[in-house]
Amino acid sequence: MFEFFIQPIADFSFMQRALIGCIAISISAAPVGVFLMLRRMSLTGDAMAHAILPGAAVGFFIAGLSIEAMTIGGIVAGCTVALLSGLVSRMTSVAEDSSMAAFYLISLALGVLIISVRGSQVDLLHVLFGSALALHNDALYLLGGISTLTLVTLALVFRPLVLECMDRLFLQSVSHLSPLAHFSFLMLVVLNLVGGFNALGTLLSVGMMILPSAAARYWVKSLDMLLLSSCLIAIASCYIGLLLSYHAGWPTGPAIILTLGFGYVISFTFGINNSLTSQYTKKKHLSA
Amino acid sequence: MLLSFDNLTLGYEAHPAVHHLNYGVQAGALVALVGPNGAGKSTLLKGIIGQIQPLDGHIHFDGIEKKDIAYLPQLNQLDRSFPITVQELVALGAWNEIGAFGHLKNCHKEQVASALSQLSLKGFEKRLISSLSGGQMQRVLFARLLVQNAKLILLDEPFTGVDSRTTHDLLHMISAWHKQGKTIIAVLHDLEQVRNTFPECLLLSREPIAFGPTEEVLTDPNWLRARKLNEAFDEHAVYCGSHEAP
Repeated sequence: MFEFFIQPIADFSFMQRALIGCIAISISAAPVGVFLMLRRMSLTGDAMAHAILPGAAVGFFIAGLSIEAMTIGGIVAGCTVALLSGLVSRMTSVAEDSSMAAFYLISLALGVLIISVRGSQVDLLHVLFGSALALHNDALYLLGGISTLTLVTLALVFRPLVLECMDRLFLQSVSHLSPLAHFSFLMLVVLNLVGGFNALGTLLSVGMMILPSAAARYWVKSLDMLLLSSCLIAIASCYIGLLLSYHAGWPTGPAIILTLGFGYVISFTFGINNSLTSQYTKKKHLSA
Repeated sequence: MLLSFDNLTLGYEAHPAVHHLNYGVQAGALVALVGPNGAGKSTLLKGIIGQIQPLDGHIHFDGIEKKDIAYLPQLNQLDRSFPITVQELVALGAWNEIGAFGHLKNCHKEQVASALSQLSLKGFEKRLISSLSGGQMQRVLFARLLVQNAKLILLDEPFTGVDSRTTHDLLHMISAWHKQGKTIIAVLHDLEQVRNTFPECLLLSREPIAFGPTEEVLTDPNWLRARKLNEAFDEHAVYCGSHEAP
């Protein structure tokens, strides 16, 4: 038991760094994912994950495997797509999912073009799937910074963000914070995707947002518990995923996301809120 | 006038939903906003709260600011599956005092408790709004209006999907606000309700048809004219005030 669960983390510093990095991603990406789910924007997260690809690729080819260059490139590309799609939808009355889809596809095509023209297949794999076991100190500082910034920003825009999700007209009637809440939130999505792609790659980093919140919804109902439990699910899945990766020799990113996916399957099958089991099990009812 | 519309045109893209409205609402007025579906009633309320900018003309406020306006959207405009409790939702009515970052003080908590009690919602504090019926949800939103304590209250179809007892209770609350000197504009469809409770009325059908005392506005010729005017947008209409087509 000790050898399976503790020893790999205790013995190897690369495992410790991977665990710390993944915990940092978990406690910031999972709450962002809760709001993505509540705003019915889960697929927007996926679109944004594709949108950061050209920025990360440009950073990769300019400075090699430089965490700073890839991060800056990813942030620039993601923020550009988020801002342009938000502005186009607000100024032209076209639904935001349409403009988001248009801009992310342009961005994705650009990213694939850059990688195809300038890089090799190995480069592509690195950008797409990340490498949690190769996180160095600079990457950990970056993940810690993103995590801190995310939690502080979420705390600051929490109330307007809740209203933006639930009752936007009321928010617009009492304040001018609706656009600020919306765009701050999109920036947080971009930041966390960029943070996540260092460990999990551009395609899988969105899994750290969506899967914990989707699983948590089957166990708890209130917003505070959703935020807390999605973080715990993400952290537990990272730990188990890292161990699976170590013992079975699997790539780390897919191992973590598959663990989260397994947790999601367990949740929608056996969870206590509207799961398959709860819907097909006759429950006792109250007298009034 | 607390609120006046000066040649106001509101719309979507270039299509007017409210066309050349000149009308004023006095402080303390209780006004019913009536008209057929698609007449621009909800659009007018959205214009007042600033969600839609005028295509032409102006909205003037005299002696009130944005914080003095409370708005009740239609029930279907809210995401009722959002995981928030009744108490938390009603407490958001204190936004003008607590803003985006402030803490709820004891006085706000007392206001929330009092509002819930007045709307017969004691015992519902910790319930998630997703578990409420349409009528209960409307009571919760009225409780939020109570906590807002605004000078101008805008109600968009407050009784749609609400049972008769709840409607009666909420109408009683509207009358109480009127007696307190608050100004209320409500979008309504039940003309009996309008005749019994609302002394003033604005009949809108994209263009203003009539306004003034309710009995003088709600006449058969006015309704006939309202129905005739309320046609779908004409994609080939010329620009207003010119003979030029788009």
